[in-house]
Amino acid sequence: MKVAPQDLHQNDLPLAATSSTFIGMPKFPTMARAGLDNTVQRRNLQHATHTIRAKRAAVVHEVSDWEALRLDGAATKDQALDHLADYLVQLEDNLTAAGATVHWARNADEACRIAVDLVQATGASEVVKVKSMATQEIELNEALEAAGVSAWETDLAELIVQLGHDRPSHILVPAIHRNRSEVREIFLDEMSRVGRAAPEGLTDEPADLAEAARAHLREKFLRAKVAISGTNFAIADTGTLVVLESEGNGRMCLTLPETLISVVGIEKVLPTWDDLGTFMQLLPRSSTGERMNPYTSTWTGVTPGDGPQDVHVILLDNGRTHVLADDLGRQALRCIRCSACLNVCPVYERAGGHAYGSVYPGPIGAVLTPQLRGTSTPIDKSLPFASSLCGACFEVCPVRIDIPKLLVALRTQVVDEKRGGLPTGEAAAMKAASWVFGDHKRLVAAQQGVTASARLLKGRPTIGRLPWPASAWSDARDSPAPPRETFRQWWSRTHIDDSGASSAEGSPS
Amino acid sequence: MSSPPPVALFATCFNDTMFPGTPIATTRLLERLGVQVDFPAAQTCCGQIFTNTGYADEAVPLVRAFIDVFGSYDHIVAPSGSCTGSVREQHLTLAQRSGDPGLVREVEAITPRVHELSEYLVDVLGVTDVGAYFPHRVTYHPTCHSLRMLHVGDRPLRLLRAVHSIDLVDLPEAEECCGFGGTFAMKNADVSVAMGSDKARHIRDTEAEVVVAGDNSCLAHIGGLLERQRAGVRTMHLAEVLASTQEEPA
Repeated sequence: MKVAPQDLHQNDLPLAATSSTFIGMPKFPTMARAGLDNTVQRRNLQHATHTIRAKRAAVVHEVSDWEALRLDGAATKDQALDHLADYLVQLEDNLTAAGATVHWARNADEACRIAVDLVQATGASEVVKVKSMATQEIELNEALEAAGVSAWETDLAELIVQLGHDRPSHILVPAIHRNRSEVREIFLDEMSRVGRAAPEGLTDEPADLAEAARAHLREKFLRAKVAISGTNFAIADTGTLVVLESEGNGRMCLTLPETLISVVGIEKVLPTWDDLGTFMQLLPRSSTGERMNPYTSTWTGVTPGDGPQDVHVILLDNGRTHVLADDLGRQALRCIRCSACLNVCPVYERAGGHAYGSVYPGPIGAVLTPQLRGTSTPIDKSLPFASSLCGACFEVCPVRIDIPKLLVALRTQVVDEKRGGLPTGEAAAMKAASWVFGDHKRLVAAQQGVTASARLLKGRPTIGRLPWPASAWSDARDSPAPPRETFRQWWSRTHIDDSGASSAEGSPS
Repeated sequence: MSSPPPVALFATCFNDTMFPGTPIATTRLLERLGVQVDFPAAQTCCGQIFTNTGYADEAVPLVRAFIDVFGSYDHIVAPSGSCTGSVREQHLTLAQRSGDPGLVREVEAITPRVHELSEYLVDVLGVTDVGAYFPHRVTYHPTCHSLRMLHVGDRPLRLLRAVHSIDLVDLPEAEECCGFGGTFAMKNADVSVAMGSDKARHIRDTEAEVVVAGDNSCLAHIGGLLERQRAGVRTMHLAEVLASTQEEPA
């Protein structure tokens, strides 16, 4: 069955609730100001994004048919999304046949309840976690903590964030805003509270920091009875889940414990095992700038006597069906969470990930979050405007999500939702400007005011500070002084003869 | 050599009102190259500011007006990457929103005939050396919509390299956005200024006298920052450099 947008009534489909961390968050420009003023974060992000940007560019340019791969990736994801209901049922059937238990969760609360119940049924008081955006999105760690279960993040960057009582600011590199001296301090201060302490004399050398994390995590891996993961891809025709990672922590979590619970966004489905080949080329090059990631784990339900014997998969909607119902917006569900768009985004690089009020920051967050949660809160209304529309994101997206186009569509949605109410100053100005541009005679009349002001300025080349609202421009920028003659006046003077006809002056005859 | 068919100059509302030197230079340049230029006086605005701020209903009448004004021309030339991009890449979406299939057809028919200036010079006229003379140290900023929406590639640089006596220097991080972004510059003024400050720093590092681009909107932002810094760098549109000659230097 093809799920055509007209078959779904978007307004009837539930949005994701804003999770407790982000409730009441101010709009993007306010959050961005805090990021701009954080000088350590600015330098860390500048260095990290430029480094990974260059690595990505180098390994992408060495692939001769990159554009064909992108097209194939986009088409495969579209195929999966256009027939999502069928592929999900196929995935469930194959997972069940392979010994896994499939659970369906409409929203974050349901997914958390299912996961917490499953953990409690094992009697475990702690779980180890593979880095997962879906579990971040539903705030599963907080739900587990509330139920008295400790959730240990085992990805190095997630560990840094968790130990630092911090929030991730990047999809792939959650601690990108931290530098190594900050990481050293966090390890020294915090590791001993939750397990093996950092060694005395810990330096900020990356190898030393990694060794401290390795020793700290090792005892957690070896005693864990339950692991929780997300997934990068869920293959419908085999019932296989796939996790790509760099550190081997994922492999530990996916193989050592007795119980494995995976939270899988419904958009993670790929139709066939063969489709995986395209994404194994697209994802590592786009995300870490590597030709191949160090660890790829795949598992299909339960393998008797080998690895977890109690395997659960929680299929998560949480607003995704709402996104799916939008003909244009659904392409955001192609996203494979590579972060290439974050790493090239000049706004993200300066504002930082926390400004986006969501676990999904950067350009993809600016189009995904307002679609998952709707555009009713100050932060969600402001996200589509958190872009200069420079287009760098679309250029690097491995699945060709036209982020600038989606941003403009969401801006239109935000404006349309305000129509009919009291007009804002901006709406009134836009309406007036549109009326002026509606007839060139009105434009000419308006231009007379501009050239008259030029005469008042007596030849000054630029204008300095202006009152509000123009101060938003003039606080840091001079403004061009208006000309004494518009172009159309010049044209009339030089190209129109007294009869009003175009003169031949200057043109070839 | 037979003269090419007349082109319609789409001056753009911003250039017409605030930067008339750019469409004047475009007119002089094209006439110098033997092109007959028309300026249909009924033209106003492509609607980009409305579209990109979310005011699609306000932009739709301007799409219709664009067809009425320019529909009869074989070639429409604009000295602006972003306004050309607005017509070529956004008018169709607006026409579809209007629900008028006739407008959709007309937009589809006109968009291949709308050219940014460097595209028209290099692709339609087939020239890179336009006989310009500009004895100054220059760096070029490729604006985002020229680069990533229209894909003009190195056409502007090929035109600049052929300018006589020019000292053209590479701009570091050239392809990074300057931070203008239309109403982004006002709505997210702090991020916009942070981006522009880095662009201004890279421009100053080149020790150029002049920074050149194909969009006066971006240049107003970059120039506004440089002027506030009293940096001693002036901004010029590509058309003004290309129009400059030994007889009539810019």
